[in-house]
Amino acid sequence: MATVTTEPRALLRSRILRRPTATTGIWSWVTTVDHKRIGILYGVTSFVFFLVGGLEAMLIRLQLARPNGTVVTAEAYNQIFTMHGLTMIFLVVMPLSAAFFNYMLPLMIGARDVAFPRLNAFSYWVFLFGGLFLYSSFLLGGAPSGGWFGYAPLSEQPAQHMHMYALGLIILGISSTVAAVNFAVTVINMRAPGMSLFRMPVFVWMTFVVSFLLIFALPVLTIGLVELFFDVTYGTHFFDVAGGGDPVLWQHFFWLFGHPEVYILVLPAMGIVSEILPVFARKPLFGYPVVVLSGIAIGFMGWGVWAHHMFVVGLGPVANSAFALSTMFIAVPTGVKIFNWLATLWGGDIRFRTPLLFALGFIAMFIIGGLSGVTHAVVPADYQQSDTYYIVAHFHYVLFGGSIFGLFAGIYYWWPKITGRMLSEAIGKVHFWLMLVGFNLTFGPMHILGLEGMPRRIYRYQPGLGFDFWNMVSTVGAFLIGTSVLLFLYNAVRSFRHGQVAGPDPWDARTLEWATTSPPPPHNFEEVPVVHALDDFWHRKYAEGVDGRLVPVVAGGANGDPTGNEGSGADAEAAVAPNESAGVDLRGGGEAALPPTVQGEDHDSGAYGDAHGGGGHGIHMPSPSYYPAIAALGLPILCYGLLYSSILVIDGALTLLVGLFGWATEPSAE
Amino acid sequence: MAADIRAVEHGAPTSTGLSNSKLGMWAFLGSECLLFGALISTFLLYRGKDVTGLTPQKVYDIPYTSVSSFVLLMSSLTMVLALAAIQRGDHGKLRVWLMATALLGMTFIAGQVYEFTVFVHEGMTIKTNVIASSFFTLTGFHGAHVTGGIIMLLSLFGMSLDGRLPVEKAEAVELVGLYWHFVDIVWIVIFTVVYLIPGR
Repeated sequence: MATVTTEPRALLRSRILRRPTATTGIWSWVTTVDHKRIGILYGVTSFVFFLVGGLEAMLIRLQLARPNGTVVTAEAYNQIFTMHGLTMIFLVVMPLSAAFFNYMLPLMIGARDVAFPRLNAFSYWVFLFGGLFLYSSFLLGGAPSGGWFGYAPLSEQPAQHMHMYALGLIILGISSTVAAVNFAVTVINMRAPGMSLFRMPVFVWMTFVVSFLLIFALPVLTIGLVELFFDVTYGTHFFDVAGGGDPVLWQHFFWLFGHPEVYILVLPAMGIVSEILPVFARKPLFGYPVVVLSGIAIGFMGWGVWAHHMFVVGLGPVANSAFALSTMFIAVPTGVKIFNWLATLWGGDIRFRTPLLFALGFIAMFIIGGLSGVTHAVVPADYQQSDTYYIVAHFHYVLFGGSIFGLFAGIYYWWPKITGRMLSEAIGKVHFWLMLVGFNLTFGPMHILGLEGMPRRIYRYQPGLGFDFWNMVSTVGAFLIGTSVLLFLYNAVRSFRHGQVAGPDPWDARTLEWATTSPPPPHNFEEVPVVHALDDFWHRKYAEGVDGRLVPVVAGGANGDPTGNEGSGADAEAAVAPNESAGVDLRGGGEAALPPTVQGEDHDSGAYGDAHGGGGHGIHMPSPSYYPAIAALGLPILCYGLLYSSILVIDGALTLLVGLFGWATEPSAE
Repeated sequence: MAADIRAVEHGAPTSTGLSNSKLGMWAFLGSECLLFGALISTFLLYRGKDVTGLTPQKVYDIPYTSVSSFVLLMSSLTMVLALAAIQRGDHGKLRVWLMATALLGMTFIAGQVYEFTVFVHEGMTIKTNVIASSFFTLTGFHGAHVTGGIIMLLSLFGMSLDGRLPVEKAEAVELVGLYWHFVDIVWIVIFTVVYLIPGR
């Protein structure tokens, strides 16, 4: 008893800052540890960076629209294309995926929050400060201009400002590593009762795979960046030939990170598409286990293909052949996924809503990008393509046509869940078609330009080389994309006022996030759901009749009925019971591997008694905290200190320590 | 008590029965393996290079470093004893062993600082050549990790003095222990690869 009484007093004594209590206003956002709010912060921040990166792309296209472009200088052009790449990869696609991980993952596995809510807030603030740190380089002598790939020895020239690149990416790497640990543990440990691994939605699986890719890939990049930073700042010789170093080591480190990174960028989008297709085709995902296992296979094989980025380095015929083979092999699981998606659509009762359009756009564009990717695997062809616009075309087809289309599909799909309102279908469809046409006009011609020999990373080209026409087409396309994004912004703003109120389940969807209100309450579910099958929520709503047709289950809330799914978990439980066997039948022979375990007894076992008894009021959610943001603030201060003054190093380290101490001594909830 | 558990796990027991923190620490240590893996690879790649200037192999004092390696390995033993103490509820012994672990760690770091100073006086700095760069970066990174561990140990010691490390929080000691043992194991690899295997 002694400890019980003294403990709170000791805690209060140690408290550096009073516990934040605001539930609205700016401080409530700064101190939030709610995964949904952090997801929104991630989403909004990365979308702002998307607009900035898009403006940089516009400048690039304006400069290259005509021969001998004069819009920007060579120095500015190098900075802009470097920052465009860094922004789109580290500040847009990764955090926008993280926004969905944050918001959707706990909902989809029936959890109340992620495993480490304060660590989650820390990742966000480190991401924000890392992005601002990177962009502050424009004000501090110039942005990095050695390319996002940062090849030595160019990157070691002081004029390229790569010290900011190295430190900025290290900060962002810390953010992603911490977030990945958090998501991995969440998936392993926070699943609702009955949510076995092979009942998890594919998006959750892809999050899981991506988390492990991040955990293992980022430290390799971090060491490369540390060595680069030491070379530039302290005069070491890691990549400096004069001192015995080897620039090729940088390329190995960078691509050993960089190729898993490609899958880090695209697997979340594949997960999103795998969620959307079954909902809008009104069929279960075809070959769910195979899709999941293909994702895992991609995660493993992604580690064995990095040197295909280095065919022209001269690693020798044995290495080049081995990596050519592994690169061709990795197309197999990707192809498997594509056939499964097509089979999901086959014979479906398809509703062409905007999320589905973007998902289909993803599939089509990703196929084109995948095919051009396979051509890089052929070493002699790659010799011809390397460092030309053909490469630029390829990776935009997979990262824009792939990732960004997939992420927009996710935005349209989950917008009603996050905001409680629908986006306009009409504007959404115009957005889609404009973006699709603009995208193909921008990047399609780059295949031709590349094969005609136009090199990448040049700031201007001579007239009369045959590059003029297609470059102009490409620039026009880029502005169409820009217009389509403005249209999306209008749609988003409009929906807050005029958007139709969504209700909990506007798409008649299949996964658990739709079982709660839109937007969900802070504790997500009034009662932690008990899961009985893959697509559990669907089986609560529909059973299979004798003729094989879907029959709505009584008390299951189909199609936006706002009263059906709220609150009374007992009704939902009752609804599950009769169609459990039907749930197994529905999925057919292909799913036979899934154990049709009935875990109804879990419900009454008493293990969740207190959560149930609380009826939403006794649920202890983690309390907000200042410390994650404070600790995160220490990192950029420390990094500025490394560049400018040792006092700032101490200041940054102290800020970090104060944040971490306050964090460690503060209870997670009170 | 019940309120504490519910707060940590958001109202439900975990899927695996393990605590989130322990899984998180293991995942983090997995990431650290690749961090040190990349540094050790750098060293291995460059260790045979023909370079000008002094290299670590020419200035090593193996008996000296063996002693400080022994000190660090002994700290793993005291760490285990600290964990055993708190699990028994013996807070006095916990503090003794935590402080012993921290002091052993500090001895190791002091030894490393002395070693670096000697090397620099003999004319091998981080700028001398690529082997020296790799050596200082790899061992320096390890030293920074040990220093981080010492800060964690001293924090635990302070919390225990303050009465804020009850038996129920024994896992905090276990987590720091996991990290500490990891750093020790990495040193075994570094000591073997960098010091014991002969090179140029």
